[in-house]
Amino acid sequence: MRVKRIKTDMAEGDMTPMIDMVFQLIAFFMVLINFAQTESNDRVVLPSSTLVKPPEAPLEFPIVLHVAKDGEIILGGDNYTAETLRVGLQREISVINAEKKSVGDANVIIRAHKDTAAGDVQEVIRVAQEQKLENFALRVKEDRS
Amino acid sequence: MKIRNSKDAEKNELNMTSMIDIVFLLLIFFVMTFKIVEMEGDFSVKMPLASTSNAVVDPTDLPLKLRLRADATGKLTDMALNEINLGVDFDQLRANIVTLVGTAAPVAGDDKGPELEIDTDYNLRYEYVIQSITAVSGYKDGDQVVKLIEKIKFAKPRR
Repeated sequence: MRVKRIKTDMAEGDMTPMIDMVFQLIAFFMVLINFAQTESNDRVVLPSSTLVKPPEAPLEFPIVLHVAKDGEIILGGDNYTAETLRVGLQREISVINAEKKSVGDANVIIRAHKDTAAGDVQEVIRVAQEQKLENFALRVKEDRS
Repeated sequence: MKIRNSKDAEKNELNMTSMIDIVFLLLIFFVMTFKIVEMEGDFSVKMPLASTSNAVVDPTDLPLKLRLRADATGKLTDMALNEINLGVDFDQLRANIVTLVGTAAPVAGDDKGPELEIDTDYNLRYEYVIQSITAVSGYKDGDQVVKLIEKIKFAKPRR
């Protein structure tokens, strides 16, 4: 007697449309992904303003200071307070000096949380001023409404 | 001679499983790292440390003073521009600035424009400072931005 061979793995559906869609999704996310946005910090929610425009050219020698709600300052992944920030800034300044540029050329970008006490931001500015830094940029979110 | 069943040739499909595995991994990676970019801009403040040598300045060069007062929770309670009380109305602040400096003032030159000193209570929320900077630095006329005061500095922090 002839025994019929049982084909169990024949229940495959047609994969083509799914793969098409998945590739479309990948292409979409690949195009929109933005690795350059590494400046942001989860602990900082920027205030917004209708007047600011995204800068045409990136600032030269940026020193990005994140100021969290409790006044803690994040610079290059390390946490500082207003008292200890001097150490972190000096490290940044030594990098700038190593490139034979003056401290006055550096730009301090202050990304402060919108509910931070204004005095904490002033303290950050004061500490930076003591290190001879003089160009500050208060970073805000663009409000298009 | 045995002829091969032609149906077998059709079964020679590529095995898709590994490709789909990788593709899904890529998809998950991109979905997880995806973040909607918020447009950000800067208010530039050039603020060298005040040196004691030029303490005697031309009285006509005195900066406008904006005093911001806060309550215990950090909420803005009132503003005063050169001792003129403005309440918490940023539009009124802007109107006052317009009458004080005029809209043509910043054309005079980069360094010549009027200067504003912001003197704020320590615990005032930073958001209000940005709002007042927005109010004094210009306004939107349609799509055009009319600039008012470009030189802004902070007074000494009040502890």
